[in-house]
Formats: sequence, structure tokens, C-alpha cells
Amino acid sequence: MDQFTTWDIARNLLLATRWTILLSVIAFIGGGIVGFAIMLLRVSDLKALRALSIGYIDILQGTPLLMQLFLCFFGISLIGLEVSPLVAASIALTAYTSAYLAEIWRGCVDAIPKGQREAAESLGFGFIDTLRYVILPQAVRIAVPPTVGFSVQVVKGTALASIIGFVELTKAGTIITNATYKPFLVYGFVAIIYFVLCYPLSVWSRSFERSLRAAH
Amino acid sequence: MRYHFDFLAVLEYWPLLVRGAVLTLVLTFIAIVLGTVVGVAGAYIRSARVPILSAVVAAYVELIRNTPFIIQLFFVFFGLPSLGLKISAVEAALLAMTLNLGAYAVEIVRAGIESIGRGQIEAGEALGMTRFQIFLHVVLLPALRNVYPSLVSQFVILMLGSSVASQISAEELTFAGNFIQSRDFRSFEVYFIISAIYLVFAFALRRAFGVVGRFAFARR
Repeated sequence: MDQFTTWDIARNLLLATRWTILLSVIAFIGGGIVGFAIMLLRVSDLKALRALSIGYIDILQGTPLLMQLFLCFFGISLIGLEVSPLVAASIALTAYTSAYLAEIWRGCVDAIPKGQREAAESLGFGFIDTLRYVILPQAVRIAVPPTVGFSVQVVKGTALASIIGFVELTKAGTIITNATYKPFLVYGFVAIIYFVLCYPLSVWSRSFERSLRAAH
Repeated sequence: MRYHFDFLAVLEYWPLLVRGAVLTLVLTFIAIVLGTVVGVAGAYIRSARVPILSAVVAAYVELIRNTPFIIQLFFVFFGLPSLGLKISAVEAALLAMTLNLGAYAVEIVRAGIESIGRGQIEAGEALGMTRFQIFLHVVLLPALRNVYPSLVSQFVILMLGSSVASQISAEELTFAGNFIQSRDFRSFEVYFIISAIYLVFAFALRRAFGVVGRFAFARR
């Protein structure tokens, strides 16, 4: 068997990192779009829509991401569709991300004083226009720090896609460990790569939060 | 070909499910207790600005919060033995869960400490209390009360995250699911039932800690 040098380990892990990044981007964009729609239902005036969105959020926040991955992976194949681990992971992570983002954004919308909404409504604005021209422009500002902060959870969440067989950073780490028997070195390296991906996002989120607090 | 769902076939394995569920709850409970202790100690060190130790805690918090739990678990379970420290899967799961919760708890409790007014601390100083006495008798309880909801949310996240411990063959709830699935091939039904159990646990955990909070933080 060929010898794995430390450079081989690093290079293979770095190559696998692009799949972690790709999956994170898919989950974040998909989760953002679905999460926005769920947030709209959550703040709507119709009780049935609100209940629907609360149920969606509670179920996804009350079950492990790993179970969501398994249910997508095994569930989709039951209806007769061939599903790749990437597709299953993308769907599960999108659902997971959307529930958290919907709840975060709902909090930001709720943070805007009620008088603003009432003022807009008294001017004859409908639900959509009130959100579009009055609430969201203000809510977006306070939504940035927690949204960026949550992106760290998304990146870390992609590590679980390794369990349904998608070869991203964590799976690559497991494969290389099995070949080299150097778990300390390999997982140490994997941890450093995740840290390099996540830490700037954490710092970014905190500095946004500070500048927001300074502005008020 | 139509697929016929059979949830009852899975429920025949109920003793396995019960055993797994019990381990999940036990792991979660012990990690909550230990992790909260780590969190409070770390938060004290950070907010008292103890030299060197404060930097160590800060590094620990950032390291844990910016890496996936599964990597922490693998590092503890596969990495430590290569340094000569051999531990079982359950011990590794417990250690990783405690370290993970501890890091988040440090930040949460620290926010609670910062929410306590300067005047309270000055009042303690005026009474001649030491810095540690002030922390213990004046600051800690109201600080925990202020951040209790965030702390409980983190406990729920910890419990859900423990499903990953199945990957190092700690025989908790998800592991039971994997085992049944390997026998029965009814993957969807198995994981559907397991998910439902986690959902009930998440709900129950919130309720239980709500009651605990009402007693622990009752105004006296």
C-alpha cells in the first residue's frame, strides 16, 4: 500500500471541503427562500396559516437533524425516485435551515413596534405592502447578525450528511482515518478546516451586532 | 409496485427502543448537569478576567462552537485512544456532550452575568463581601434566571444532537433505530417512530425545565 504523507491527507481533506461549502451554500439559499415563506405564514393574520407554520417549525426544531436526513434519504426512495445522498442532504438541510431562519426572522419582525404596523394599516396598506415598505426594511437590519450567526450552524450541520454517505469533509476524514490509522491527526485537521470556515462567520456576526448596538 | 407501510413491525422491537431511549435521557441528564457546571465556572473565569485562564476558556469556547459536534465526538472516541487514553463509546459520548454544552453554556451564562446591574455588585462590595461571595450570593441566581430560556433551548439542542452518538456505537435511541433497520429494512417507519420519540422528548424536556425553573427561581 502506498504511504499517505501528511500533505496527502491535507490535500484530500481540502478537496473534500468544496463539497461541504457547496452543501452549505445550497442549504443556506434554499433554507432562506423556504424560511422566508414560512416566516410570512407565521406573521400572517390567518390563524390556520400561523398554526401550520408553528407546526412546521416545532417539528423541525424538535427532531434531530440526523433523523431528518434519514427520513429524506429513505423516504424519497419509497416513492420510487432514485435519490443521491447530495439531493437528500440538500432537501433535509434546506428544511432544517428554513425552520430556524423562519423563527429568527419572525423574532426580528416582532421586534418592530406594533404601532408601525397599525400606522401602515390605517393608511390603507395591505398585509404585503405593510411588510414590504414598513416592517421589512427595518427588520432586515436587526436580522443580519443572528442570520450570519446561524450560518455557522448550517456549515456544521452539513457534517451529518457524511452519515448518509455524502463524501464531504467529515466523510473524507473518516475514509482517510480508515486508511492511515491516524485519527488524531486527521480529525484534528478536519476540525481546523471547519474552524477556518466557521470562525470568520462567528466574528462577522458579532461585529455586526456590536455596530448595531452602537447605532442605537 | 406499491409500498406498504408497517409501523407495527417496528414496534415489536419495543424493548430495544425503550433501552435506547433510556440511555438518551441518561446521557442528556448527566451532560446537562456537568455542562452547566462547566458553563458557570467558565463564565465566572471569563467575567472575572482571571489572567491566562480567561484566554484558555475563550479559546475552548470558540473551538467548540465553530466545529461540528460529530468531529468533537470522533476526536474524543478515536483520537484519545491513539494518545493512550482508552474510553468506552458511552463515556466518549458523555465527554463530548459535556464539552459541547459547556462551551455554549459559558457564553449564555456570561450574558446573564453581564445583565446584572452594577449597583447590585457595589452593594455586595459595600457589605464587605469578596468577589467570589458576590458572584455566588448576589449575581449567580438572577443571572441564571435571566438566561434560563436560552439555557433550556441549548439543553434541547444537546438532547437532539446526542443522536449522533449512534455513530460511535453508543447504544442510544438512534442506535436502536439503526439496529432495527438493519434487521427489518423498514428504514422509513423506524426513523419516523424514532423522530416522534425525540419530538416528545423535546417537548417534555421544555415542560420539565419550565417547572424546574419556576421552583428554582421563585421570588423569595
